[in-house]
Amino acid sequence: MDAIIPLLYIAVFPGFIFLGVYALLMQWVDRKLSAVMQNRVGPPIYQPLADFIKLISKEVVIPENADVILFKSLPYVAMASIITSIFMIPIWDGKALVSFEGDIMVVMYLLIIPTVTFFLAGWSSTSPYSTIGSMRVMTQLFGYEVPLFMSFAGCAILAGSWSISGIAAYFSANPWFILLNLPGFIAALLAAEGKLERVPFDTPHAKNELVGGQFTEYSGRLLAIFLLSIDMEMIVLAAFISAVFLGGLGSFTGLAGFILFIIKTFFVCFILILFKALMARVRVDQMLKFSWKWLVPVSALQILIDILLKVNI
Amino acid sequence: MSKMQIPLGPQHPALKEPENFMLVLDGEQIVDATVNLGYNHRGIEKAAENRNYIQDIYLIERVCGICSHSHVSCYIGAVEEIAKVEVPAIAKALRTIVAELERIHSHLLWLGVAAFELGYDTLFMYTWRDREQVLDCLELLSGNRVHYGMNTIGGVRRDITKEQVDEISKKIKYLKERTSYYVNVVTEEPTFLARTQNVGKLPKDVALELNAVGPTARASGVDIDVRRDEPYFIYDQLDWKVITYHTCDVFGRAVVRVLETIESYKMIEQILKAIPEGPISVKVPWKIPAGEAVFRYEAPRGEDIHYVKSNGTEYPERVKVRAPTLSNFQSLPYCLKQGYLADAVITIAAIDPCMSCTDRAVVYDINKGERKTFDQEELRKYSIEFYKKKGISFK
Repeated sequence: MDAIIPLLYIAVFPGFIFLGVYALLMQWVDRKLSAVMQNRVGPPIYQPLADFIKLISKEVVIPENADVILFKSLPYVAMASIITSIFMIPIWDGKALVSFEGDIMVVMYLLIIPTVTFFLAGWSSTSPYSTIGSMRVMTQLFGYEVPLFMSFAGCAILAGSWSISGIAAYFSANPWFILLNLPGFIAALLAAEGKLERVPFDTPHAKNELVGGQFTEYSGRLLAIFLLSIDMEMIVLAAFISAVFLGGLGSFTGLAGFILFIIKTFFVCFILILFKALMARVRVDQMLKFSWKWLVPVSALQILIDILLKVNI
Repeated sequence: MSKMQIPLGPQHPALKEPENFMLVLDGEQIVDATVNLGYNHRGIEKAAENRNYIQDIYLIERVCGICSHSHVSCYIGAVEEIAKVEVPAIAKALRTIVAELERIHSHLLWLGVAAFELGYDTLFMYTWRDREQVLDCLELLSGNRVHYGMNTIGGVRRDITKEQVDEISKKIKYLKERTSYYVNVVTEEPTFLARTQNVGKLPKDVALELNAVGPTARASGVDIDVRRDEPYFIYDQLDWKVITYHTCDVFGRAVVRVLETIESYKMIEQILKAIPEGPISVKVPWKIPAGEAVFRYEAPRGEDIHYVKSNGTEYPERVKVRAPTLSNFQSLPYCLKQGYLADAVITIAAIDPCMSCTDRAVVYDINKGERKTFDQEELRKYSIEFYKKKGISFK
C-alpha cells in the first residue's frame, strides 16, 4: 500500500492525469476566451482532447538525419520535468507534497529543462526552419530567464525563505505585501509569456515565418506529447506564480484549498490570455531589448524594494 | 555561423498562393533574396483569344478573386475605346461605386492579412468581420460577393434602387466608424508599430527606378494615382485626394491603405447622393472594329494595364494583362535584403501580392537546374510537338 500512494501521486493526482486534464481544460479556456475577445464562436469544450487523440493516432515521421534516440526521448523528458515540478507547489494544502528550503530554485531549474528540450528538438531535426527556431528558443531564453529569476528572488528575500510553501505562508500572513510586489508580479507574468512562447513572444515557432519552428519535423505522438507538455507548463507556471506572488492557499485546506488553487491559476492564466489577444508578435531582437530594458530593471527594483522592506521590518 | 538558404514557399503558411522566395540568411539577417514566379500560371491571355468579347468578360473577371472588377473594367475600357462606345452616365457611376467598394474590401482584407502575418489575430478577426459588410453591399448591388458580373460592354447589367442606396449608405456609415478605429490601432498600437516601422524600406528614388505602383509607391512619397492622373469613370467629378506618405516602410503602406478606404467612403457617399437617371447600358455590336487600345486602371493594389488588339471579328486577337503585383515584385528583393527573417513575411505581404494575377510561365529543369522562358513561336512549336507525341496531329 505504501508503495502505491507515491505512484498514484505521480500518475493520477497531482501528477499526469490531473495535470493533463487541467491543461486541456485550460487550453480550451484559452481558445474560447481568445475567440470571444476576437468576436468568434470558438471551439467546444472537448476540442483540445479531440485534437490530442487525433494527433496521437497519426503516424510518427522521423527525419533521416536526425538522432533517433534523442528525437524520440525529448518530448517525454520535457513532460517528466514539468510533472516533477508540480509536486513542489501547494495544491490543496498550505504545504506542498514535497517541500524543503531551496525548492524554488529546483522548480526554476526543472522549468528550464523543457526549454532546453525544445532547443534540442529543433537542433536534432536538422531542417533549416527548426534550426532557426531552436536558435530563437535559446536567444529568447537569455531574455526572459533573468527577470523571471530575479522577480521570484525578490519575494524569497522578503519572505526570508527559499521554499515555495514558506513564501506562500509568509504572503498569506502579510497580504499587504502582495501589493508592494506588483512590479515583480507583472515582470514575472511577461517573462512567463516568453517562457511559454506565447504571443507576443512566440517567435521560436512563429508559423508565418518558420512554419512549425523547432517542432517543424515533429509529428504524431511525439508532437502531441510536446504540445501537451507546453499546456501543462502553463498550468505549472501559473500555479508557481500564484503561489509565490499571490499568497498561495493561506489557511485553506482540502477542497476549499483546491478551489482556491483553481481560482488563482485561472486568474494568472486569464492575464496571460489577455496579453495574447492584445498584442502582435515582436521580433526576437525586440524581445531581448524589451526584457533587458524594462523587465530586468523592474525586477531589480523589486529586489531593492524587498530588501529595504526587510531591513525596516 | 555559415550562411543558410531558406525557402519561403511555394508551400508556406505565410503565403496564400504558391510563389517561391529564396532567402539567404546570415543568422537572422537576410543578405540575399530572389523571387521566383511561375507556380500559378493559368494561360488566361491565350484562352481569351479563343472566346468572344462577351465571354472574355467572365474569363478576365477570374484573373483575380479580389480585384475582379478592376480587371474586367480595365478590359472593357479598352474594348469600348476600340469600339468608340459612349457609356451612359449612370453606368459610369455604378462602375465607380463597385470599384470603390472593391477597394475598401481589398484594403480591409489586406489589413487583416498583415495583422495575421504579425501574429495579431485580434485585429485580423475584427477587420475580416467588418469586411463582411462591404461584401454584403456588393452582393446587394450585383448579386455576387466575389465575381460581381456587374460589367458588360457598353454599360452595367443591373440598376440601383432607392432601397439599395439607403442600405449601402447605412453600411458605409458603420464602416466609417470602424475604420477610424483601425486608423488608431495602426498608428498607435506599440507592437504593431515596432514590427512595421523602418521595415522593408523603399526610398522614393528606388521606388521610381524599380517601377513600384499603387499604395507601395504612394507610401514612398511617389504621388501617382491613375484615378487623378488619367481619370476614367467619374473620378474627375468627385472630391477626393490622393493619399501619400513619407516613411517609405511597411508602416507607411498600412497607413496609406487605411486612409485610402476613408477616401473611398467619401467618394461613395458623394455618388450615392446624386445618381444619374437613364438607361444603364448601350448596345454594342458583337464584332468590334479593328484596332488596338491600352487602358490604365487604378486597382486596389496599383496600376493595372490591359492591352486589347482587335481584328474586326468577334474574337480579340490579343489580350495582354499587366497586373500591379508584377510591377511591385521588382521592388521586393530590395525591400527584403536589408531586413530580418522575421520581417520577410510582412514585407512580402506589404505589397499585397496577388500571384494568380501576375504569374508567368517559366520552364524549370530540375535535373539541370536551368530556367527557361519561351517566346510565342517556340511555344507554338513546343505545343505541336507535345500533341504529336500523344498522337494528335495538326495539319
